Amino acid sequence: MTGTQTSSPQLPPAERESGTKRALDAMERRFSQTPALGPTAALLLAIVVFSVGSDTFLNIDNFSFIVQQSVVIATLALGQTIIILTGGIDLANALIAVLGTLVMTRTTLDGVPVVAALALGVLVCALTASVSGLLVAKLRLPSFIVTLGMLTVVTAVANLYSSGTTWPAPDGLLTLMGMKLYLFGRVQFTIGMLFAAALFVLVWVTLTRTAWGRHVYAIGNDAEAARLNGINVKRMLLSVYALAGCIYAMAAWLSLGRTPSADPNAYQLGNLESITAVVIGGTSLFGGRGGVVGTVVGALIVSVLRSGLTQMGIDSNYQNLATGILVIVAVAFDQFTRRRSA
Amino acid sequence: MRDNRPFHTRAVAALAVTLTALAAAGCSTERAASSESPSDDGEVKIGLVTKTETNPYFVKLRESAQAAADKSGADLIALAGKFDGDNAGQVTAIENLVQQGVDGILITPSNAKAILDAIQEAKDAGVVVIALDTETEPRDAVAATFATDNEEAGRTLGKYIDARLGDRDPKVLMADLDPSSSVGLQRHNGFLDGMGLTDDSDAILGTALTQGDQGKAQAAMENLLQRVGKKVNVVYNINEPAARGSYLALKARGLADDVLIGAIDGSCSGVQDVADGKFAATVMQFPQKMAEQGVAAVVKYAETGEKPSGFVDTGDMLITDKPVDGLESKDSTWGAENCWG
Repeated sequence: MTGTQTSSPQLPPAERESGTKRALDAMERRFSQTPALGPTAALLLAIVVFSVGSDTFLNIDNFSFIVQQSVVIATLALGQTIIILTGGIDLANALIAVLGTLVMTRTTLDGVPVVAALALGVLVCALTASVSGLLVAKLRLPSFIVTLGMLTVVTAVANLYSSGTTWPAPDGLLTLMGMKLYLFGRVQFTIGMLFAAALFVLVWVTLTRTAWGRHVYAIGNDAEAARLNGINVKRMLLSVYALAGCIYAMAAWLSLGRTPSADPNAYQLGNLESITAVVIGGTSLFGGRGGVVGTVVGALIVSVLRSGLTQMGIDSNYQNLATGILVIVAVAFDQFTRRRSA
Repeated sequence: MRDNRPFHTRAVAALAVTLTALAAAGCSTERAASSESPSDDGEVKIGLVTKTETNPYFVKLRESAQAAADKSGADLIALAGKFDGDNAGQVTAIENLVQQGVDGILITPSNAKAILDAIQEAKDAGVVVIALDTETEPRDAVAATFATDNEEAGRTLGKYIDARLGDRDPKVLMADLDPSSSVGLQRHNGFLDGMGLTDDSDAILGTALTQGDQGKAQAAMENLLQRVGKKVNVVYNINEPAARGSYLALKARGLADDVLIGAIDGSCSGVQDVADGKFAATVMQFPQKMAEQGVAAVVKYAETGEKPSGFVDTGDMLITDKPVDGLESKDSTWGAENCWG
């Protein structure tokens, strides 16, 4: 990842430190170059702890449910990740997706063909996110404020459009993402899980294997330097928010598979939950460092904690406590490695 | 923030921040600003403060209050918190209504205790305050409460489920609300009482806090089912959205037909779920009665100075298509004619 690849100065042999210290330094470098490493270790550790602490946790059905539970937030967090990588943040993302579910469902109920209804949902989500992008890019407004305003606007629009009522999604293409598949006759999959996985690979490739992706990191590291290097920062930012909007629409579709209804009250904390996944996943809130691998791991960690703690018979409030502490640890870890590698 | 930008950019930024702040302050600010000179024009003014503006239950409550107010020529001002649990939003709403010179405030408190100071201030200003749907703690913080007896509603559901179980030992999972809400606790306690259980009974295999949200209930139930497996035969739910989440979790494990799912609410979609056989039963509440009686009480107070008092049970009704002996119930057809939302 750009900015973290600064090679440490070669020390003359006489000044080399002890073997343990060197090993620790090497480990630190490894963590700072691959931000997803720490979260992945944490995820594996959590799985091991819960597998020992509960006799119902280590089970293929359970893992299937854990993934199903994290799919919508993980997808919202994919969009959130690319925005955070540019040094921004999106507080409106979950409500944009809720608006998407309402548009997709209500237009279908009104007789619009499902494919067109889905396309309309994508369009609405992409346009809404693009408005935030436009304000951030062209007027250089802080994304925190822009998307805070957008959150309020979209909440109001969703309430007006839904008349405050939950709309049931008719079976078919709209709820396709919830359709169950069975591997070897017993391992449960949903189409949504496969779809989200494909989406994740697509975003990962775009971020790590294209010029566009490199520019995202460049802007997050130093927007001014990126501009001087010939990157059209404004156009890039607009495209980042537009793409994020499309990803939110995918989250909306996935959500209709999971709970086949469009509810204006759903995902009220989805914005914070998606930021939680991003931060636990090791992406820096200051931009330029991290990526979607960590985000997916971060989303899984949250679901694993909920599942594992429930199965150990631990109260919901303690589950929130554990998640909160994890966020703080993740941010502290980010700051620590950032300072060391600076 | 760097400040080498042209002035107009900064001006736009300032404007945007201001607009956001205004938007965040919400409609209550607008209302306060545009309030006419209080009272004295002869018209009875009634304030309604619900938990949220969007929950269909509160939408029904508001519509019914509006209809009742229109009928008696009163003016209704409806405000709400932003989300269930938005105590600060409810306090702001009460303050705005007092400023506007209302004769009475009908409120569904998000929290039984958190808004008592604001209610006291309203009472000091000569406004009669009536709780709808949810009690305050203590009860006499308000003049009167028009509500479902939530403990009784829970008990009704518990008795029914107990009867349906027959000789089988109960194995119960509970999708609760939130520890800060009295409604959740009352229904929970009532249900256990109706089942003949207590909180430390071995029959309770697990509980979860769901905030009455379908998605949260579904995830919580999936996790609980992972722990308890096929042992469960009863799932209690604080409301119908939670019950729908539980149903989806049970269905995913192929248990939906073997487990008695019970809910409390009485919305039209919940009644439909009873008709479809997804829920064994739901207990219907009557928000329309709460609203009508609340509006009538304020009008009476404005005209005669007579305050309502005490707890007025607006009733509940067990809705099921599989009735049991000795327990009054109505079928889903009746339910569909009398449901809300």
